[in-house]
Amino acid sequence: MFKQLGFLFFVFWQIGLFSIGGGYAIIPLIQEQVVDTYHWVSQKVFTDIITISQMTPGPLAVNTSTFVGIRIAGIGGAVAATVGCVISGVVISLALYRFFCRHRESTYVFEVLNGLKAASLGLIVSAAATILMLTFFGISEIGPIRHVDLAAAAVFLGALAALRKFKINPIILMVITGVLGAVLYGL
Amino acid sequence: MKEKLKLYLWLFGINLFISAFTFGGGYVVVPMVRKYFVEKKRLFDEDALLDMAAVSQSTPGAIAVNLASLAGYRAAGAAGAVISCIAAVTPPLIILGIVSVWYQAFAANRLIAAVLRGMQAGVAALIVDLIVDMCRAVLKERSLLLMLMIPGAFAASFLFSVNVALILIVCCALCIMRMYLKKKKLRLFSRSEANE
Repeated sequence: MFKQLGFLFFVFWQIGLFSIGGGYAIIPLIQEQVVDTYHWVSQKVFTDIITISQMTPGPLAVNTSTFVGIRIAGIGGAVAATVGCVISGVVISLALYRFFCRHRESTYVFEVLNGLKAASLGLIVSAAATILMLTFFGISEIGPIRHVDLAAAAVFLGALAALRKFKINPIILMVITGVLGAVLYGL
Repeated sequence: MKEKLKLYLWLFGINLFISAFTFGGGYVVVPMVRKYFVEKKRLFDEDALLDMAAVSQSTPGAIAVNLASLAGYRAAGAAGAVISCIAAVTPPLIILGIVSVWYQAFAANRLIAAVLRGMQAGVAALIVDLIVDMCRAVLKERSLLLMLMIPGAFAASFLFSVNVALILIVCCALCIMRMYLKKKKLRLFSRSEANE
């Protein structure tokens, strides 16, 4: 039992350690370990996990580790896999952040941080472009546009106006857009 | 002591909340943290948030969890980091735990899909709102290199699917190179002045 939990921890620790950038870039890495190497879940189930990850809150890596962990060793397995998956990222982030804060006067550190900031902003724009394409056209990669979701575009514009003009609370915004979605698409 | 306890409790609650409502992955956490940590509680400023976002982006692991831990650390030290990290992973842990049992029914449910489609439009608005403000902050630095880096990193990632780690390394290298050239120029300049 403990051996199994330790093993789950170790495998997801490796996944967490080598997944820089987060998001969908790490799918192949997780797939290689969970599907190809250890056969913990089938390819079909793995695809389902990704779909569910898109539908539920939380990072993809955390969602996958919970899902796989619970199937292999119950709740203990879910916790072991999740902790393994996040621990190295958190520790390294804290160390790097402390380093940057301490050596802020060093011009090189300052420049590196400036570079990282600009690059990460570019990456945020890239993530936004993917979300916008999914929302408006229902596609996640550049390709022929088959249909335009006008209802979603209206919700998007309304939400953006509410944010810019009235500084609406984001969680209330999520609830409102969720209800709008249920009315527009569910009925 | 009571103040501190209150801050810990707030950190736990807010991270639980943020994590439970961030559909669509890591970056959506950035506008959420900004709203609550920067605008509401003023625990740190926008520039510090951009530092944290950059660090959580450039280190391994989930951006959302890394950022939550950094924000917690900045607000309340090591204890804050641990509390925020636990709060950030708890909602997905519970939700996925439940979903994993009935996942086929969940994935096929029309109403759930409809709610999530609406929320996706909301998430898109949140992230665009953040980008507008963050780009303004970078423009204020008046550095052509940094200004060009944003569309450059975007194009590399979105259009050409370049590895994220590579993008980050190249941008850092460019900044260091610029610094080096600037220092060299300065040295040459002061030497020529001394000669005269």
